[in-house]
Amino acid sequence: MSEKIIYAMYGDDEVLKSSAKKLVSNGVNITEVYSPFPIHGIDPIIGVKPTRLGIMAFLYGLTGLTLATIGMYYFMVVEWKMNIGGKPNFTYVENILAFIPISFEFTVLCAAHGMAITYLILNRTLPGMPAQNPDPRTTDDKFVMEIRMSENEKLSEDTLEALLKETGYEELEKKIVS
Amino acid sequence: MEFSITKKASNLSRGLFIIGLISIIIGVALNYDSEHFATRLLGSGLANAFFFFALGLGALFFLALNYATEAGWYAVVKRVIESVALYLPYGIGALALVLLTISFMKGAHIYLWMDDHFIHTDKIIEGKTPYLNVVFFWIRTVVYFTVYLLFLRGFRKRSLLEDQEGGTSLHFANYRKGALFLVFFAVFSSTSAWDWIMSIDVHWFSTLFGWYTFAGMWVSAMVVIVLTTLYLKSLGYLENVNDSHIHDIGKWVFAISFLWSYLWFSQYMLIWYANIGEEVAYYIMRTEHFKFLYFGMFFINFVFPMLILMSRDAKRNAGILTFVGVVILIGHWLDVYIMVSAGSLGPNAHIGFIEIGMALLLAGLFIHVLLKNLTKAPLTPVNHPFLDESVHHEF
Repeated sequence: MSEKIIYAMYGDDEVLKSSAKKLVSNGVNITEVYSPFPIHGIDPIIGVKPTRLGIMAFLYGLTGLTLATIGMYYFMVVEWKMNIGGKPNFTYVENILAFIPISFEFTVLCAAHGMAITYLILNRTLPGMPAQNPDPRTTDDKFVMEIRMSENEKLSEDTLEALLKETGYEELEKKIVS
Repeated sequence: MEFSITKKASNLSRGLFIIGLISIIIGVALNYDSEHFATRLLGSGLANAFFFFALGLGALFFLALNYATEAGWYAVVKRVIESVALYLPYGIGALALVLLTISFMKGAHIYLWMDDHFIHTDKIIEGKTPYLNVVFFWIRTVVYFTVYLLFLRGFRKRSLLEDQEGGTSLHFANYRKGALFLVFFAVFSSTSAWDWIMSIDVHWFSTLFGWYTFAGMWVSAMVVIVLTTLYLKSLGYLENVNDSHIHDIGKWVFAISFLWSYLWFSQYMLIWYANIGEEVAYYIMRTEHFKFLYFGMFFINFVFPMLILMSRDAKRNAGILTFVGVVILIGHWLDVYIMVSAGSLGPNAHIGFIEIGMALLLAGLFIHVLLKNLTKAPLTPVNHPFLDESVHHEF
């Protein structure tokens, strides 16, 4: 099934923000906004759900903490009771102070890497992946709003275009994708 | 809008002061013939005078930090920070009074190095006399107090002048003086902590003790600033302060709690690992005789802010912030109490009428002075160059 996509390009993030507000109040569904930098306050306007990356960060951190604890417990206590600075590791709990910095570091390592990789995968921006943005200029100084006709069935193309015209875009592009 | 003190608030400060005074009198009457009475009375005086002095100093530091970094967001809460910092003259008065009394009593078994008997019989103390002697101690103390007061006076003067004149020349003067204050404070916050607190455990030393004390004073000051801001907002003042400002101060409380915990742990772990006799003596006293209070205080000051203030919504919620703030304020009071009494009284220390009375008395004085300071200038600065940015602060 082919569908029509309208791309409206703006030269300023504030203009795009106020345009988006106006369009949404007229019942337009905006699918996506492409921008060279994060635009503060755009998420609630176009209805992007709050990110759940924080929950994933917690889970990755927990994984790191568990791995570090199991690892150190095995290396330092079970396999051979390491004696460092005259403090033999007879039990894990007695020497827990010595294990805290490593637990902390490994928690941070796993949380940070897990988060970064998840972010890249979700955005499909892993190295080598094809670019998602409709126009290369959105990585420089332009801002593009993507509106899919399939998500705006109540509005005809003409009314949508009229609405867009009022907002003062710089360029308008229509694309049919299959 | 000008702030005026409500009847309830002035009754509260007066009530705290009177209850504190009565409590001290009861404590003195019950204990005046006990063995360690002078040490206990002066020790609790030192701990409390220092704790409340540190609230003012922490706020002064935060003010200077915002000037030096040319921060914008804080402009609408600047008068709150200033009012907390302006407790400093009173805090210095109380602290100087206690230190003077201790000096006249030859250390009162709090500062052993002030006592000739210990200087002659203790080789370690004798070796420290070039730094730890009464004359040099007072020279340093007077220098700290003078520098703090001069900077405070200058900041306040320029802040009030800015309301009249505006322009940017005062702003840049504040910028330079703020940076200069940070230079002085970087040295003095460490050395003053050694002089007033660390020298109680005269055999012991730790190079990061100054930062530890400083982190405690900073987080306590931030708690007081956020509580005062929330109080003023609940009365309908500070109409320009929005959720984002509260969130920002909440983040400071959250972050500095971590700084404090980090330093607590660093000091503890290094000394535990190295296990050198003269160093671990300090912690053996705390883990054997103050086990519950010492670890309880660490738990409160670390885990409470970490778990409760982690989420964004919690830092924007007045009730949660107030609850956590009050709890960790008590936690940091306990920290200062243990710092002083574990070294001076050791196993004989306990919290009774004297300690609580002293805390309530000074809390009453602190609240009274703070509210008075808030009435003396418009709550929102008029011509602060970043005022507009601060009013529109949102994230």
